[in-house]
Amino acid sequence: MAEPFLMRALLAGLGLAIVAAPLGCFVVWRRMAYYGEAVAQAGLIGIAVGLAFSVNLTASVLAVTLAVSLLLVALSRQQLVPFDSLLGLMAHAALAVGVIAASLARGPQLDLMAFLFGDIFAVSAGDLGWIYLGGALALGALIYVWRPLLSLCVHEDLAAAEGTPVERVKLVFVLVLALVVAMAIKIVGVLLTIAFLIMPAAAARPLSETPEQMALFAAIFGSLSVGLGLLLSVSFDIPGGPSIVLVLAFIFVAAIFPAAVRGQH
Amino acid sequence: MAARSAQGVLARPTLAGHAQPAEGYARDQHQPHDQPHDQPHGEPQPRPALAPVANALFSARSIWLTRAGRAILQSVDIDIAEGEILTLIGPNGAGKTTLVRVLLGLEKPDRGTVQRKSGLVVGYVPQRFAIDRAIPLTVARFIALGRRVKDEDAKRALADVGADKLADRQLSELSGGELQRVMLARALVGSPGVLVLDEPARGIDYTGEAELYALIGRLRSERGFGVLLVSHDLHIVMAQSDRVICLNRHVCCSGVPQSVAQHPEYARLFGAQVARALALYQHHHDHRHDLAGEPQTPAARASDQA
Repeated sequence: MAEPFLMRALLAGLGLAIVAAPLGCFVVWRRMAYYGEAVAQAGLIGIAVGLAFSVNLTASVLAVTLAVSLLLVALSRQQLVPFDSLLGLMAHAALAVGVIAASLARGPQLDLMAFLFGDIFAVSAGDLGWIYLGGALALGALIYVWRPLLSLCVHEDLAAAEGTPVERVKLVFVLVLALVVAMAIKIVGVLLTIAFLIMPAAAARPLSETPEQMALFAAIFGSLSVGLGLLLSVSFDIPGGPSIVLVLAFIFVAAIFPAAVRGQH
Repeated sequence: MAARSAQGVLARPTLAGHAQPAEGYARDQHQPHDQPHDQPHGEPQPRPALAPVANALFSARSIWLTRAGRAILQSVDIDIAEGEILTLIGPNGAGKTTLVRVLLGLEKPDRGTVQRKSGLVVGYVPQRFAIDRAIPLTVARFIALGRRVKDEDAKRALADVGADKLADRQLSELSGGELQRVMLARALVGSPGVLVLDEPARGIDYTGEAELYALIGRLRSERGFGVLLVSHDLHIVMAQSDRVICLNRHVCCSGVPQSVAQHPEYARLFGAQVARALALYQHHHDHRHDLAGEPQTPAARASDQA
């Protein structure tokens, strides 16, 4: 069981689950699931750029997710096209461009599946270093902006009137989101990254009385899903990323079902 | 409370410390608005700016604001004196909330200046407060959110508004009236110099409204903060308002309210207790607005009526 590739996969998944938990809560609270999805799918363009110019894929993906995240912030200021439409448009345009560019860069024998759904068993020691370094940075930044970010999630105007530097805090948040998304793409791919962020947080909601509890439960569910998902994957020889998301889906249903039955709203 | 209502006619506070600056100030402010707007098309022209009032909590001058090609605020002057209760009324779309947002620095006007007393602590209750059920949050935590508040201060603020039992409840489980009180408690924490309440009585009946106003009036008497209260009602306002300003993109009129308690029908309609906290505001406009909201001149009005 303790084969090195498996250990690396487990460590990468657990590290990411712990960072994804608080971040995912904020994505849920700020209703930014589609935002995260657009940024994640743009990651495919980063992969294509990395393949074409033979640079480190994590670095090229990170560059693209950061750039797209800032571009979306700028585009959110216009009001002619509703923001959710814009995000859907961006996500799929990025996917189309990314698939085409990646195919051109690598030729038809390219394993697109690994990029779309992740390849957790291919995590190298170097990748692991990236994940823990980036993860520590993201977690530190999140803890630093925790209070102001939480207040603006609850009521933006109220936070602004009380002197919260709203724009700066939002900027930190979207940059952290881009950072974590870039790291998650390696593990669960551009299509499942947002699921890995929001599913643990969503499952944690019915059990939580405080924001911190929700982040903690999300971290537990995320870690559990990584462990069980990898076990499923190895036992039945099925893909790792989708197995993790499958476990998360079961956890979510189990967590939300009692609340749904009680009719809690 | 009883002493105040007994004084009858004008529902003005008797506390000298509060009433005096407001009164002197109200006299100054009256003048420009009582003069007829006789410009063509009724566009208010920029007036020679009044000097900002020295002890004002907020002092805004010649505020102009246009959004999406629509004039929302036109040359608005407004001051809130220390300890004064100023009620801002006006029809929907009159720019009341926008003006409040400009005063709070949440919105930047195209022209004009807003001066804020240095070090002023603002307790703000925004108009719309939809609780996002996705965020688990207790009432006590919500009160302390985004700032350092001691537990006992939060508890005291809740007790002040009669909501001490709510401290451990989830914010998402509160009723509208409970939420309103919690919002007010939150605004009271940190010894604010001014409370800015944007339609705090929205969606509650006159009894609830009167209770809320009595509470705000009592707290103001005890602590001496200023209050800027935006009201959804054009005619019934808080009895303890020192001044009422009617806004419809520009300041239409301002004055003092008249207690409804002296009108027997109102007293019968609302009950004496409720009637004491409410007041009538009679508008003395020198112009009126057409359907598009553009102010019409007295001349235009005369021809309109003919």
